[in-house]
Amino acid sequence: MAIWIEEDAKVLVQGITGKQGMFHADKMVEYGTNIVGGCTPGKGGQSVELQGKEFPVWNGMSDAIKATDADATVIYVPPPFAAEAIMEAADAFDSIKGEGVVVCITEGIPTLDMVKAVAYVNNRPGIRLIGPNCPGIITPGESGGAKIGIMPGHIHAKGRIGIVSKSGTLTYEAVAQTMSIDEGQSTCIGIGGDPVNGTGFIECLAAFQADPQTKAIIMIGEIGGNAEQEAAAWAAQNVTKPIVGFVAGATAPPGKRMGHAGAIISGGKGTAEEKFEAFRAAGIACAMDPSELGQVLLESLKSAGLR
Amino acid sequence: MNIHEYQGKNLLREHNVAVLSGVHCTTVEQALAAYDALGSKVVAVKSQIHAGGRGKGTLYHPETRAHVMDGGVKIAFSRDEVESYATNILGNILVTIQTGDEGKVVNNLYIEAGCDIAHEYYLALLVDRDNKSVLIMASTEGGMDIEEVAEHTPERIHKVVVDSNVGLLGFQKRDLGMALGLRSVALKAFSKMLANMYNMFVSQDCAMVEINPLVRTGNDEIVALDSKISFDENAEFRHKNWDELRDLSEEEDVEIRAKETGLSYVKLDGNIGCLVNGAGLAMATMDVIKLYGGEPANFLDVGGGADEEQVKTAFSIILEDPNVKGILVNIFGGIMRCDIIARGVIAATEALSLEVPLVVRLAGTNVEEGKKILDTSTLNIHAASDLAEGAQKIVALIGGEE
Repeated sequence: MAIWIEEDAKVLVQGITGKQGMFHADKMVEYGTNIVGGCTPGKGGQSVELQGKEFPVWNGMSDAIKATDADATVIYVPPPFAAEAIMEAADAFDSIKGEGVVVCITEGIPTLDMVKAVAYVNNRPGIRLIGPNCPGIITPGESGGAKIGIMPGHIHAKGRIGIVSKSGTLTYEAVAQTMSIDEGQSTCIGIGGDPVNGTGFIECLAAFQADPQTKAIIMIGEIGGNAEQEAAAWAAQNVTKPIVGFVAGATAPPGKRMGHAGAIISGGKGTAEEKFEAFRAAGIACAMDPSELGQVLLESLKSAGLR
Repeated sequence: MNIHEYQGKNLLREHNVAVLSGVHCTTVEQALAAYDALGSKVVAVKSQIHAGGRGKGTLYHPETRAHVMDGGVKIAFSRDEVESYATNILGNILVTIQTGDEGKVVNNLYIEAGCDIAHEYYLALLVDRDNKSVLIMASTEGGMDIEEVAEHTPERIHKVVVDSNVGLLGFQKRDLGMALGLRSVALKAFSKMLANMYNMFVSQDCAMVEINPLVRTGNDEIVALDSKISFDENAEFRHKNWDELRDLSEEEDVEIRAKETGLSYVKLDGNIGCLVNGAGLAMATMDVIKLYGGEPANFLDVGGGADEEQVKTAFSIILEDPNVKGILVNIFGGIMRCDIIARGVIAATEALSLEVPLVVRLAGTNVEEGKKILDTSTLNIHAASDLAEGAQKIVALIGGEE
């Protein structure tokens, strides 16, 4: 099972002829992702070589989906054009298949562009947007699997822990922590650190709760906004599987943007302390140090009778 | 990116939002000339810094820190008063509730004509993360701290969420105006002003526009008496004019240089420098240093694809801070390969003849190669296998409290 992305999902790459797009497309093929081609306006009909194999390029997403019956797309398009790429993909998936997963890796998209793109995606209920400014989504398989994004594939293994996080490298840290106690992952999702993004914590938690492969969840938040608090309150009512949590930014000063556009404590709101408290109130087991996530997870699995 | 009030008012004026006549000055002579030119008996003399609470702030001498004057925004009833207020403000340090004790030097002044105020309101436009839309917020309690209004009298704050599929609608402007108690001429003026302000918000890629107070005059005109505007930095590529609006003296010099080399750096008050890849992990590294009894000296994210040169720049930026007594490098290699980081660390420590203790934690892609490179070097580099160990080691090495 896993969530949203099956091990053998057919994946397109938008911006496949660009430096970033080609580099990561190659890594995805190497991991075993079922890449079926890509899109770059004006380069339709060409092909790109990834891991010694040729992959077709189309001008637009509509042609690419019609030709490949793709399930998902991953976007490595520069910021000025990324929101448009999201909407193009959403429109094509919606009109051709009625569903599709759009993963946007691009960092630095103007917020008002994302306001428009998210509204556009939300008008097409079969379309799921992950990101932007995120590492992507990965469903490790028995051998290979579906890696849709920029995460290092080799640190993952198929298993029963679902991971959702706002931050890229902290997700990798969480993956390494599951491996340190001999647990693998069902699906790992980086939802991104921008203030306006697609899929949020609650949708991920709901999907993990419904997924038979997932037995426990790691949720990693950071300062800014109140998505973590809302997710915790929702989880208290709706999630029966054990959840382990961490929030980054306890030492961040108010009013300063900590790298991610969304990671800013404004008006005294969105502090790590506030979020940890919400986690605890919802019965989420908290690690105060990401190097302890493995041990806290192990305890949670034991008390749930899973170890 | 923040801009000054006087720049914000120019922008509002360009977008047909009513503001009072005013002149930007940098000297006392200019302030007096502005007073003469405005022809208004009463003028406001306003300090221009990127921080709120100016009116209730205090001015100090930049060297002696002697008290100069209370209030960074003054109402002057004569030419002499303009002269004395401008003299007390320019070149001195203004400390407000938002500047911290250090305060900010005031280099810019805005002299603005007075007006006949019937009522003061609060108005703000911002991108709301919950609704993923532009949110317009207004209150009858103008001139007050909006956080306090929200806490004590939340019923006096009225909100409108703009559906970006259709934009700001007529009934939304009307509802908001009516909620503020506006009728007939004033309501029409408010609706027109709000439409213009929303258009400015979108076309200029604003992150926030806050007008406190927005006033209704005795003639039922709606005028922006203050302006606090910030832009979404991600949209800089389509606004060439932002370069002119940017006041570099308001930004930390080293933070600007870091940004130019693709690094994200924020200076903090501690003594352990950190060099990390990824914003979340960088924050977590600071948190863990604190957890084990140390104090982080900075936030520094080298990003996803840093090279040897960037690592070197990162080190030199960290070392510019005289408080730094030790450095913790924490890299989880994804796109970034640990062997490249290891080579960068060695090149940087040699080039900068690093004297403070250095703890390096590497994980992820090519970690074994990276570790081997560090192990075979003759430099005084301590390896750590996870973040907790790294933090404990650096705290112990600088002799911090355990």
